Formats: sequence, structure tokens, C-alpha cells
Amino acid sequence: MSEAAALADLRSETRDELPLRSGEDVVRLRQAVRDRAVSLGLSLVEQTKIITAASELGRNTIQYGGGGKVVIATVANGTRRGVLLEFIDQGPGIADIGKALTDGYTSGGGLGLGLGGAKRLSDEFHIDSAPGKGTRVSIVRWKPY
Amino acid sequence: MERIPILRMGRFLLVTIQVDMHDQLALTLQDDLTQRIVSERAKGVLIDISSLDVVDSFIGRMISNIAGMSRVLDAMTVVVGMRPAVAITLVELGLNLEGVRTALNVEKGMALLQGTSP
Repeated sequence: MSEAAALADLRSETRDELPLRSGEDVVRLRQAVRDRAVSLGLSLVEQTKIITAASELGRNTIQYGGGGKVVIATVANGTRRGVLLEFIDQGPGIADIGKALTDGYTSGGGLGLGLGGAKRLSDEFHIDSAPGKGTRVSIVRWKPY
Repeated sequence: MERIPILRMGRFLLVTIQVDMHDQLALTLQDDLTQRIVSERAKGVLIDISSLDVVDSFIGRMISNIAGMSRVLDAMTVVVGMRPAVAITLVELGLNLEGVRTALNVEKGMALLQGTSP
């Protein structure tokens, strides 16, 4: 089973969907992720990490994907619970995902830390993208036992 | 237009960021501060981020930019009040804010500014 399918299996019914078009949408995204992380009982550091990862990926969706949406869901794996975020755009896609994940590499004007940084701040990270096919980035932050 | 207020106290400029900034607001603050350093002949800038529960790479870059611009304009920037969870996350993100002076709180930040520009 692919990683994407594995993540899809975790998806629960409690999901929110937010548009990602503008800088204000990223502020709303951070607020929504914070609310979700708090309701799940994540620690302050875990909350900060998942909100920061969301902020990086949300900005990428707008800046590089031409806008799109984010799905926020609470997921379970056995007795474990976590926050799943999926960033989806129909933009130009990423030709070389390995390069895009390299710290310091950017195709825009950024620092090149967003994608790799978001991966480090997440427990699970999956990226599905190809030129002309858009991009879907899924991350999960689990609540530790 | 929405703006973060900049206060002047003697030769120093003080900024307390109390809202979750969208990217344009952060860029406006960066421009405003750079202008004010010159127009007020400021010798130091103190940025209080104790209300911020998230600093991502964009805000981190804004902080680095302000520090760099103030340096070439003969002013010093001190960032104060960073929350522990923010510090942990910033380093894991890959940002270490090189070249940015920091202090634990406003008082220590002011002492740092006053000590370096007699």
C-alpha cells in the first residue's frame, strides 16, 4: 500500500476545508490548525510545530501552486490520534521533489526552508506531485501516548 | 491601511507585535521600520515578539531583514520575548536568525541597546 493510500485510510469524518488564496487565508489556516491541535490535546511545542508547518505549506500552495485548498482532519490509528493536513493545488506541480525538499533551494524568492522545514516539523510527510498535475502535500502530527 | 505601530523612545524605536501577521503586514512593518530608522535617526530597534505563538520562515526572514537593514543604517536591532516553543520550532525549521541580537525580555533588550550606543 502506498503512503498516500495509508494516509487516506486514516482519514476521519471530522474534517474542515479552507480555501488558500491570500495571505489572510494563511492567518485563518493557522487559527484553524491551532484550534484543532488544542482540541486534540497536543502540547504547546507540538501545537507550535504543526501550526508552523501548516503556515509554510499554506504559503507554498498560494505562492507556487497558484492557490488551492487545505483539508484539516482529526485522524486515528488504533488508539493513537493526530492532526492530518492536506494541501491541494492544481498548479504547475514539482518536477524534482528531492530538489524541492533540499534546504536552501527555492524556485521563488523564499529562503528554501518551507518544504524541508515542514517535513522536519511533522511526524508523517507525503508529497504527490508531477509537472502539470498539481501538488498534494499531506502531513500528520500524532499526539504522543 | 493596516499597520503595526512603531513607538519612539529617545533614540530607539519600539515595536510590539500583538497580532498574527499576514505576509503583507510583515513586509509593511519591515519597510516602515527602515524608513523610521532614517527619519528618526534611530540608534536601535527593539522588537517584542512575546505575543507571537508562531514564527514561520517568512516572519523569520522579516526579522533577519530588519536586523540587516538597521545594521547598514548604523542602528542595532534586538528581538526580545521569544517563547520557548517558538525557539524550538524555529531551529527545527532550519532558521537560526544569524546576526540577530536577542534578549529574554524588554528590560534586558533595552539594556543591550543602551549599552552599545552611548
